[in-house]
Amino acid sequence: MTPATPSTGPAIQIIGMHKWYGDFHVLKDINLTVEKGERIVVCGPSGSGKSTMIRCINRLEEHQRGQIVVDGIELTSDLKRIDGIRREVGMVFQQFNLFPHLTVLENLCLAPIWVRHMPRPEAEALAMSYLERVRIPEQARKYPGQLSGGQQQRVAIARALCMNPRIMLFDEPTSALDPEMIKEVLDVMVSLAEDGMTMLCVTHEMGFARTVANRVVFMDQGEIVEAAAPEQFFNAPSSERTRQFLSQILH
Amino acid sequence: MDAQGTSQGPILPPAGVVHGPLGWLRANLFSTPFNSLLTVLCLYLLWITVPPLINWAIIDATVSGTDRTACAGASGACWTFVKMRFGQFIYGLYPIEERWRVNVVFAVGILLVLAALSPRVPGKLWSGGAFVFVFPVLAYVLLGGGLGLPVVETRLWGGLMLTLVVATTATVVSLPLGIILALARSSRMPIVKGTAVVFIEVVRGVPMITVLFMASVMLPLFLPPGMNFDKLMRALIGISLFASAYMAEVIRGGLQAIPRGQIEAAQALGLNYTRTMGLIVLPQALKLVIPGIVNSFISLFKDTTLVAIIGLFDLLGMVQTASTNPEWLGSSVEGYVFAAFVFGCFCLAMSRYSQALERRLETGHRRR
Ligand SMILES: Nc1ncnc2c1ncn2[C@@H]1O[C@H](COP(=O)(O)OP(=O)(O)OP(=O)(O)O)[C@@H](O)[C@H]1O
Ligand SMILES: [Mg+2]
Repeated sequence: MTPATPSTGPAIQIIGMHKWYGDFHVLKDINLTVEKGERIVVCGPSGSGKSTMIRCINRLEEHQRGQIVVDGIELTSDLKRIDGIRREVGMVFQQFNLFPHLTVLENLCLAPIWVRHMPRPEAEALAMSYLERVRIPEQARKYPGQLSGGQQQRVAIARALCMNPRIMLFDEPTSALDPEMIKEVLDVMVSLAEDGMTMLCVTHEMGFARTVANRVVFMDQGEIVEAAAPEQFFNAPSSERTRQFLSQILH
Repeated sequence: MDAQGTSQGPILPPAGVVHGPLGWLRANLFSTPFNSLLTVLCLYLLWITVPPLINWAIIDATVSGTDRTACAGASGACWTFVKMRFGQFIYGLYPIEERWRVNVVFAVGILLVLAALSPRVPGKLWSGGAFVFVFPVLAYVLLGGGLGLPVVETRLWGGLMLTLVVATTATVVSLPLGIILALARSSRMPIVKGTAVVFIEVVRGVPMITVLFMASVMLPLFLPPGMNFDKLMRALIGISLFASAYMAEVIRGGLQAIPRGQIEAAQALGLNYTRTMGLIVLPQALKLVIPGIVNSFISLFKDTTLVAIIGLFDLLGMVQTASTNPEWLGSSVEGYVFAAFVFGCFCLAMSRYSQALERRLETGHRRR
């Protein structure tokens, strides 16, 4: 299953990956290597396959060709491996996907208790420490439906962190939020990045990309068109499609 | 009428709400001309139905005496019939000196149900578990006999007791079996899914009466001669399977209403299928379909009367048999009213409980 000590290779390695939905070729020959501690921002027009790509990394979607290696383990249809990889990879969704029938604290404790078999008191202490980290410990006993969108997304981040993942995937974490709540979520993500978390974020927050990302990846029509450090990506993009996209998004 | 209005301009409706009974009447019963009409119509209907009913059922009714002659002169209901046959309505032909066993089962069952269902009593897991796993064994031994108790054959069981045995068994079996069938039907494995679909569609496509007939008449034809298991047992299996098929479809409706993101979030945390379903999907899905589940239970409770056609006498069957007895000819109305009253009480209780449960589970987590 999962090696007890982290492997020495890259965090994520995607090699020649293809994916189809029926006849529709969503992902075409994706090659991407994410080193440990690297922060990557993925952007691109709607429908370009960004979500599909990062969802392949924890097997919410299945790829048909090529290889995905997470922390030294190749993803196959072996359920044990998939579970092992999911334990090491946290994910934050656009729609938060908190469990509405459980309190915030229960949302956070669930996976540590049922997946890591942690005793409840220990899991609750861990959960509280992460709630403090995302600065909403006072909401622990509330239900998700009683929180604002920004608070919900911070709970969702804390929930993923409770599993102590080595890699965090974000799929447009701020797109469903009102502008005044975006900052509180981005602040949490920035502090995560400062702690050296390996992060792969689909986002259109270009400010975040500029300050936090090591590399920005641009996708269009199922392909990675360009991957470059932020200064080069924003100031001197090499592809015409990237330039067009940037001019639309940055005005 | 308009005397004030002409001198001081139009009369405005009073600011704020009119309090007291008059205000309540205005707001709830006479708010528009159409509502007023409906109110008057309803009052009229109540006026022509309720007083005669009360006269019949209470004022002119007879309770005294021990046979039909006691009611000879009275124009109202002859409750003497129900009084004299009450034991049979409740216990069927269960031997009188053994009825205490039924009473013990009733008492234990009621206590466990109350403990498991009422929000204030702690230890739901224990009382619920006891009701589902221990109580059936206890009831089986106490009612049927064994372990030193004289055996009472199931053909002697009847009345309300039989109704409750059938309804409780089918309820307790149909919920878990329905959940399993619903999950199987939503499964991606073709054989599992196919089996569930065929089972559900076949059972749902057949009237309950047919299921009962098949269980009691057809099944013995397929069993090796000499092997013959209890008629009641066959009916219980038939009704439980029937109820499970309906329950499965109710629950599947709930499963489909749970957004895909919930499952994905659970999977992304590393929860396996069983835990994703058991901890995340089912609790939400079952809560959503409480009205449907209770609806199934209520209709199941009333469907138990159909066991009469295979020669088992539940409450309604007992009433029917008793009122065709020459001693009590002409008393069938009282019998049916009594049966309706008992069925009504049980169904009302289920319905009220489900409403309370929905309100209780609703607290706070509505918004998303
Ligand atoms: N389950 C599915 N079945 C068929 N096609 C799908 C499915 N999911 C996504 N697609 C298609 O795959 C393409 C890529 O979708 P994806 O969600 O990855 O895009 P995206 O880049 O994340 O877009 P957005 O910015 O709008 O989220 C789209 O054209 C979409 O219509
Ligand atoms: Mg997307």
